[in-house]
Amino acid sequence: MGAPHLLVHDRRDNVGVVVVEGLKAGTDMLCVVTEDNSEFRATVKQDVQIGHKVALRDFAVGDTVIKYGEDIGKVVQPIEKGAHVHTHNLKTKRW
Amino acid sequence: MNYADLKIWGYRRENGRVGVRNHVAILPLDDISNAACEAVAAHIQGTIALPHSYGRLQFGADLDLHFRTIIGTGANPNVAACVVIGIEEGWTQKVVDGIAATGKPVAGFWIEGNGDIATVAAASRKAKEFSQWASELVRTECPLSEVWVAAKCGESDTTTGLASCPTVGNMYDKMVELGLYGCFGETSELTGAEHLAAARAASPEVAAKFMKTWQSYQDDVIEAHKTSDLSDSQPTKGNIAGGLTTIEEKALGNLEKIGKKTSYIDVLEPAEAPAKGPGLYFMDTSSAAAECCTLQAAAGYVVHCFPTGQGNVIGNPIMPVIKITGNPRTVRLMSEHVDVDVSGIVRRDMTIDQAGDALIDMIARTSNGRLTAAEALGHKEFVMTKLYRSA
Repeated sequence: MGAPHLLVHDRRDNVGVVVVEGLKAGTDMLCVVTEDNSEFRATVKQDVQIGHKVALRDFAVGDTVIKYGEDIGKVVQPIEKGAHVHTHNLKTKRW
Repeated sequence: MNYADLKIWGYRRENGRVGVRNHVAILPLDDISNAACEAVAAHIQGTIALPHSYGRLQFGADLDLHFRTIIGTGANPNVAACVVIGIEEGWTQKVVDGIAATGKPVAGFWIEGNGDIATVAAASRKAKEFSQWASELVRTECPLSEVWVAAKCGESDTTTGLASCPTVGNMYDKMVELGLYGCFGETSELTGAEHLAAARAASPEVAAKFMKTWQSYQDDVIEAHKTSDLSDSQPTKGNIAGGLTTIEEKALGNLEKIGKKTSYIDVLEPAEAPAKGPGLYFMDTSSAAAECCTLQAAAGYVVHCFPTGQGNVIGNPIMPVIKITGNPRTVRLMSEHVDVDVSGIVRRDMTIDQAGDALIDMIARTSNGRLTAAEALGHKEFVMTKLYRSA
């Protein structure tokens, strides 16, 4: 198996984490689900830094983002599949 | 690897505990005794001063925590002997008596009525005696499982939850069942994963104790003082730069430190020594690295495992802090701070199981005397937790 571009913790997750430096928009990413080592491919739409998240589906405002199979917050700006997910479009439901 | 047979060379102390360092600590009771302690440590080789910012006019639970932290630090098995200096006799003697319960050599000195110069002279004479005595102590073979190992993560990012925290969790899953004492904390930083943390308690009573502790931190600390959603504080700016977006996401990665199967057997007050035998413990702590490590060392932990994503550089004066990272960029840019590189996990050329073994090997080497990156770089952060303003 080659080195993945994106790791996903759990099959239920709707975001993944970029694990390579210098990922460019348009890259056809090798994605691996760490829970079961299953693979899939997805295209990233923006340059995304290592450690940052990419949407695995389209999101509307108010949707819940799932990582580790758990709720990590609410969407506050619409997000397209393949786009960068971070503080500009995802907020905590706590505090 | 046969984990049960692993041995290290440590210092067997008077109370039976195993230490992995042989410090002679020059310990101030209070902030105004720092100068005298630093003067002694500058003069007498083989000693270390532990300056800090508090100890005056504290009261109630905050004063109890201060004494627990100071006494626990002197009592830690990584400390061979201890000189305590305070402004006055009463509280200084209370610390001396607390440390003396371990059976180790300890002596107290106070400044009022003597002045710094006479106090430093008398304390230096005792410190010299302790330093020469400690220098002849020899390491003996001890089971690795007798080394108490605490954990806390810092400057976390998304690789922490993918790689370095699961590495620590794998170590605990292998070692706690063999009799290791473990410890995790960071009460506020479990927010978003508190239901999963509660589910890992060994009994419903322990789970209830955890939830009460967590809820109290929410109500009395966070809700009572917050002015925003805590963005830039929790998660920190460094966390956000590393890709972590919300406290929930950070908490879920944090909790990976306790592995897949190990349950915790009690909930400790800050700096409280575990008293229910071998096992994993949760301690009520802040999530700030130096505060948390100081409390864990004061509870008696002698080695620390510190997963980092973006590169926290924390150390502790008496407890070696092993730095673990799974972020290849941090390995590339900050290699001098990294003791265990587990970035192979995100490339899928290292398994969590292999990473856990690499960490266990580094715990053994560190216990045998290898300086951690933080020790070699001189990191000695010693930070008291203060619960409220002094009287």
